[in-house]
Amino acid sequence: MKIDVTKREMDNKPLEVKVHTEDLCLWYGDKQALFDISMDIYKNKITALIGPSGCGKSTFLRCLNRMNDLISGVTIKGQAVIDDKNIYDSDVDEVSVRKKIGMVFQQPNPFPKSIYENVAYAPLKHGIVKKGADCDNLVEASIRSAGLWNEVKDILKNPGTGLSGGQQQRLCIARTIAVKPEVILMDEPTSALDPISTEKIEELMLELRKDFTIITVTHNMQQAARVSDYTAFFHLGKVIEYSDTETIFLNPTVKQTEDYITGRFG
Amino acid sequence: MSNNINNHNPFYDPTLKKRHLSDKIFKYMAMSALLISVAFLLVFFTDIISKGLPSYKQAYIELPVKYNTETVADSSFAIDEKHYELVSRAWYRDMPKYVSENPEVMNKTPIEWVLADDEVDQYMKGHQNTLTDEQKTVVEELKKQGKVESKFNTLFFTTGDSKIPENSGFLASAVGSILTILVCIAFAFPIGVMSAIYLEEFKKDNKMSQLIEININNLAAVPSILFGLLGLAVFINFFGLPRSSALVGGLTLALMTLPVIIVSGRTALRSVPASIRQAAYGLGLTKWQVVKDHVLPLGMPGILTGSIIGIARAMGETAPLIIVGMIAFIPDIPTSFTQAATVMPAQIFTWAGMPEGAYIERVSGAIMVLLAILLTMNAVAIYFRKKYEIKW
Repeated sequence: MKIDVTKREMDNKPLEVKVHTEDLCLWYGDKQALFDISMDIYKNKITALIGPSGCGKSTFLRCLNRMNDLISGVTIKGQAVIDDKNIYDSDVDEVSVRKKIGMVFQQPNPFPKSIYENVAYAPLKHGIVKKGADCDNLVEASIRSAGLWNEVKDILKNPGTGLSGGQQQRLCIARTIAVKPEVILMDEPTSALDPISTEKIEELMLELRKDFTIITVTHNMQQAARVSDYTAFFHLGKVIEYSDTETIFLNPTVKQTEDYITGRFG
Repeated sequence: MSNNINNHNPFYDPTLKKRHLSDKIFKYMAMSALLISVAFLLVFFTDIISKGLPSYKQAYIELPVKYNTETVADSSFAIDEKHYELVSRAWYRDMPKYVSENPEVMNKTPIEWVLADDEVDQYMKGHQNTLTDEQKTVVEELKKQGKVESKFNTLFFTTGDSKIPENSGFLASAVGSILTILVCIAFAFPIGVMSAIYLEEFKKDNKMSQLIEININNLAAVPSILFGLLGLAVFINFFGLPRSSALVGGLTLALMTLPVIIVSGRTALRSVPASIRQAAYGLGLTKWQVVKDHVLPLGMPGILTGSIIGIARAMGETAPLIIVGMIAFIPDIPTSFTQAATVMPAQIFTWAGMPEGAYIERVSGAIMVLLAILLTMNAVAIYFRKKYEIKW
């Protein structure tokens, strides 16, 4: 399911593989949820994972920062190689994986702490910054990158949970980028938001693409078409088709993909 | 206007009347259930308070007291024969000590307020008593002269148990209760919360952990007296800790309270939204950081509520303490955890078995104090819970 790189020339930079999975399989107990997923995900691109509910796209996403390790009864086989290292190797600490590969969730989930503490908490724990001016700068830079600074700069001491849904989600993004990850996984980041907040998040994703590799799960076809550079179509735990977004949406090679995109099933 | 011409109501539903009726029946049933429990509480409180309030008063008699070498040698000569039996035996017992502490009263016959016998006290309160008719006339006489008076019963609040009813108080048992509960909290709370954290956050799900879980849940339902036997076997017989002490009592109560704290602690931790855990794990935090900084603060109010219930139950517990010897007659106020002590419920139990009316009214009086202590404890805990509660 590799895509032909030569066909696609979005900018002049050569494509660089950031995440590579090799025959990744996953079982919940006895039930297999992912079947031999092999994909190359490119650096500084937005890759969208689409597919009907229960197709394994979120499960696959959570494999990439080992969040599935938290669920008991999960067995994972195969490789997920990030920066030439399989993150499932025994000498890899899952905690450091999650620091390098950040995650934004479907429901905005700020900590019940102040806006400042929400962003500052993890960098302080990781020792990226020390309390004081460094920390303040990092918080400001992160919130700025998340496009939230003008809205919250005067209320940093207020609880993060008091913001609107869209603001909360951008706060969660700020919190994620404050740890300076290289890859950001987004699990349906806008499905709980209204269209205007969604638009802001999408703009933000396009902005963040310059610094991060983004992998997003979405149920929204238009969103995938609007923001992503590459799209993978999942069905029943398998990647049916993976290509640049234009190809997937305009010239899908597999009938199933076309049916799903045009709304004939799913 | 009110009468539709063809009497047609498009919203008419023939089943509705019956359904609304059962609504009403259920509502009134639920309401009467509440009323019954409120009535029970009211009866309980009025009974306890009406019986207990008199115990905060104690009769004293104003009499000439002879202080000389003869009366110090045998204090029964200090009061004239007519009034001899009306004065508390406790006063006669303590008189020589009083004189040795206040030598200036020697060879004088001052008129003093002395502690009256409990039967005089009961007579003054209009309760049943064993005074003879002769004694009653003497008391009436004194009363007319204003020489018998019900004063605030400081002894009740400042002494321990006594074989002389008018000399007995609950302070020793209250101190014992506090020491015991301190031991109980010191052991049960940290161990219980840590166990809950381990079971909820760290343990792998396997046969062994399921077995532990089932056992802990069952332990919460074990009759408390069995914990007394366990405490006796383990703390006294095996470890050789001092019998009747607050240490042993507290440890026994801690055993009893542990499962309650563990079960309620786990429920509280489980109710912390998964999204918070995921957010924290997603940032690359270790398990302990996630638990300490996010799960525990959010679960704390729930953990505290469960612990308060468990500890309040322990505070009112008698059965297991009887077995470790805390029901003993303890007149002295304990000053250390290893000294023999009793607790308030045990003291109440002992007094309730006494024949004298003075003890019976002390039962209600002590219950009021115990309830007040419990309510204060709960209020303090609720205050802290509210103070540290995280607003969403």
